[in-house]
Amino acid sequence: MALVNILLLTLAALAIPGVVNRTRAALAGRRGIRFLQHLYDVRLLLRKGAVYSPTTSALFRAVPSVYLGTALVAALFIPVGGLSPLLSFEGDMVAFAYLLALGRFALILGAMDTGSSFEGMGASREALYGALVEPALMTAVATLALVSGYTSFADLFTAAPQARFTVVLLLTAYVLVKIVFTESGRVPVDDPRTHLELTMIHEVMCLDYCGVDLGMIQIAGWLKTAALSMLAADTVAAAFGWPWWAAAPLAVAVTGLSVGIVESTQARNKLARNTTFILTIGALAALVFFSGYLLQLNLFVQ
Amino acid sequence: MNYLITDNTSGAVRLRDIPETDYASFYDDLRTRLSDSRWHVGHYFALPEEEARLRFYLLLLDDATGQVLIGSFAREYYDDTALPSLTALHAQMHPFEREIAERWGIRFDGMPWPKPLRFPFDRYDRNSTMDNYPFYAMEGGSLHEVNVGPIHAGIIEPGAFRFICNGEQVLHLEIALGYQHRGVEHLFAATRNRLRQLCLAEAAAGDSAVAHATACVETIEKLAGTARPAQLAPERLVALELERMAMQIADTGALSMDVGYQLGQVACEALRTMTINTTQAWCGNRFGKNLIRPLGTDHPLTAEKAAMIRRNVAEIARRYDEVRHDIKSSPTLLARFEQCGIVPREEMLRIGGVGQAARASGAARDIRASHPWGLFAGTLAHESIVKTQGDVMARLMVRCREVLQSAGCIDRLLEGFVPAETRRPDYGAPLAPRSLAFGLVEGWRGETLHVALTDDRGDIAAYRIKDPSLHNWMALALAVRGEGISDFPICNKSFNLSYCGHDL
Repeated sequence: MALVNILLLTLAALAIPGVVNRTRAALAGRRGIRFLQHLYDVRLLLRKGAVYSPTTSALFRAVPSVYLGTALVAALFIPVGGLSPLLSFEGDMVAFAYLLALGRFALILGAMDTGSSFEGMGASREALYGALVEPALMTAVATLALVSGYTSFADLFTAAPQARFTVVLLLTAYVLVKIVFTESGRVPVDDPRTHLELTMIHEVMCLDYCGVDLGMIQIAGWLKTAALSMLAADTVAAAFGWPWWAAAPLAVAVTGLSVGIVESTQARNKLARNTTFILTIGALAALVFFSGYLLQLNLFVQ
Repeated sequence: MNYLITDNTSGAVRLRDIPETDYASFYDDLRTRLSDSRWHVGHYFALPEEEARLRFYLLLLDDATGQVLIGSFAREYYDDTALPSLTALHAQMHPFEREIAERWGIRFDGMPWPKPLRFPFDRYDRNSTMDNYPFYAMEGGSLHEVNVGPIHAGIIEPGAFRFICNGEQVLHLEIALGYQHRGVEHLFAATRNRLRQLCLAEAAAGDSAVAHATACVETIEKLAGTARPAQLAPERLVALELERMAMQIADTGALSMDVGYQLGQVACEALRTMTINTTQAWCGNRFGKNLIRPLGTDHPLTAEKAAMIRRNVAEIARRYDEVRHDIKSSPTLLARFEQCGIVPREEMLRIGGVGQAARASGAARDIRASHPWGLFAGTLAHESIVKTQGDVMARLMVRCREVLQSAGCIDRLLEGFVPAETRRPDYGAPLAPRSLAFGLVEGWRGETLHVALTDDRGDIAAYRIKDPSLHNWMALALAVRGEGISDFPICNKSFNLSYCGHDL
C-alpha cells in the first residue's frame, strides 16, 4: 500500500507542472510546450555539471541536497486518500511543517552565502513570507486533527468524518490550496516565469545554482507542491466521502487548473500586498479552526 | 538677449544670421525665461570654430507660439574660466551642460550634478571612465545598495542602475549610461554619403527608426531648399504613426508581462507583430527602415498598399481596444498600475520631460501640436492626449489612447488615397553652405530633434541628435523614489526609454 501511495504521489508531482503549462497555453490560445517538457528540462539539468561562484562556501553546495531531502521526507508523510504513507508517527504533521521550514531555511542560507544583493533581497522576502505562511499551515493541519481526532496524517483520512464537518473540511481545503500557491511561488504571490530579478522571490534565490543543483531544487519544488496539493485533495475527498483513488487526480486537477487559470487572467500582487494576502490565509485558517472547535464542542451559538 | 526666431516649417538659417551674445546676457535671459514652462530647451551644444573659438548654440522651443528661438554665444577655445551653471537654477539643462563639460572641458560653477554623460572617445578628460563613475552614496547602517546591470537582462542593452534602498523601499536611484557610445554624431560629419547618413539616423535608436529618419530628412530637405513631392508628407506620417502604434502596443504587452498578466501580454504581442508586419508589407522592413528618404521614396504607397494598411490598422485598433478595456476593468492590474511611480507635473517640467511621459503627468508637450511640421502644420490639426495623474496607469492610458488616435489618423490620411507621381530619393542635392537646419518630430517616445550645421562647401560639418530619452531618464529616477524596488520594472517599462538613443 505504501508503494502505491508513493507512486501516486510521484505521478501527481510530475503531472502538476504539465497541467499548469497546458492550462496556461490553452487560455493564451497557444499550442504550448509538450506535457512532459519539464521532465526533459530537468533531465538535461541533471546531466550537466555545476559551476560555483568563488564567493560561495561549502554551505552553498550542501543546500540543494538538504532542500531536496526535506521535501522528499516531508512528502513521504502524506497519504493519498485512505492509503497509508511510508512514514507515520503520532504528531508527524508537526514534523511535516518543520521539514518544509528546514528546507526553506537551507535555501535562504544558500542565497545569503552568494553575497549577491538580489539573492539577499529574495532571501529576506522568503523569510518574511515563510514566517507568515507557517501559522496558516499549522492551523489548517490542526483543524484536520481536530476534526478527525488524530495527529498523524496516516490516520486523518482513514475514518469518514461526521457530516457536520463537511463545510469546515472544504474551507480547510481552500486554505490549503492557497498555501500551495504561496509555497510553490505562483501568481499572485510570486511569478516563476518572470525575468526581473528585482521582483522575484523564490527564483532569485536559485539564480546562482545550475545543472544538477538546479535540477534538484526544481524536483523539490514539485514534491512540495504535490504534497500540499495532495493534502488539500485528501481533505476534499474526505469531506464528500469519496473513495481513495479520487484524491490523486483531484490533486492534479485542482492545483493544475487553479494555478493555470490564475496565472493567465490575473496580475501579480504588489509585493507589499503579499503580506496582507498571506496573513488573510492565516486569518481564514484560524477562523475555520475555531468554527471546527465550536462544532466539536457541540456548542450552538444562540 | 537676441534670438533668431524661426519655426519648424521654415527653411535653414545662415550661421551668420544667428545673433551672438556674451554668456552673461545668455545666462540672465535663460534664468528668467526657463522659469516659465512655456519654454524648454530643445538642444544646447558647443562647436569649435575657426580662430580658436568655441561657439555655443541654443535651440529654445516656445510651446505657446510654436516659435523656435536660436541663440548663441562664443568664447575663446582655450579660455578656462568657469561659467555659472544654469543647471543649478533649471534642472532641465543638466544633460546639455554635462555634455558640454564632458566634451570640451568647460567648467560650470555651481553645477549640482557634475557627472559624465556618455563617455565619448574624444572626451576632454580621458581619465573619466565608467570604472570611476562618481555614483551618489548615502551612509547608514540600515541602507543597502543594489546594482542592476550594466547589461539589461531583457533587451541586452547597457545601462547601470544603482539603487540605494532601505529594505524594500527605494530612496535613490542613479542611472549611469554611456556604455555604448558609438560616435553616431561624429560619423555623420565623417561621411559625405547622404544614404549612409540616413542609415545612421535610422540606427540612432532602432525602435524609433522612422522618427529619427523623418527628423533627418526634414533637416536635409531644409538645407537643400528644394520642394519635395506632395505625396511624401502623408506617406511619412503614416509610417510614423504606424511606428507609434507598434511601440505603444508593444509596451502595453511588456507592462502586462511584468505584472504576470498573460492574456494582455500575448494579445499585445500578436497585435504588435501585425502592426510591424504591415510596415514590412509596405517597405520590406518591419521597423520602417529604407522607407524615409530625402526628396523622394523607394517605396511609394500604391492604392492596394494603402487599402491593405487601412484594413490592418482598423483590425488592430478594434482588437487593441478590447485589450485596453480588459486592462481598465481588471482590479488586479489597476492595483499594480495606479498610484505607482508618480511623477508630478512640476517635477516633470523642472527636469524638462517630453513626449508621452510628460503628457501622462499633465505637461502637454507634443511637437505635433506645439511645433507642427508637414501635414500637422497644414490640414491635420493634432489634439494631444493628456493625463494628469503621472503614474504608471496614466502613462499606459496615454499609450492606449495614442494607439487609437494614430489608427484614426492613418485611416483619415488613407481614406480615398490617390497615388500621385513621386520621385526616387535624391541623395545628391546640394546643401546650403554655412547654415543651420533642424528637424523636429514627435516620435512615439517624444520630441526627436536633429540639428545639422554645414561648412563652406555645403557638407555637413556637425550633426547633433537628441532623443527624448535624454530628458526622460531623469523622470524614471524620480518615479521610483519612495516606491518598492520590486515596482521598478513596471516604472521602467512605463517609460521605456532608449539606451542607444541616449548614448549615441
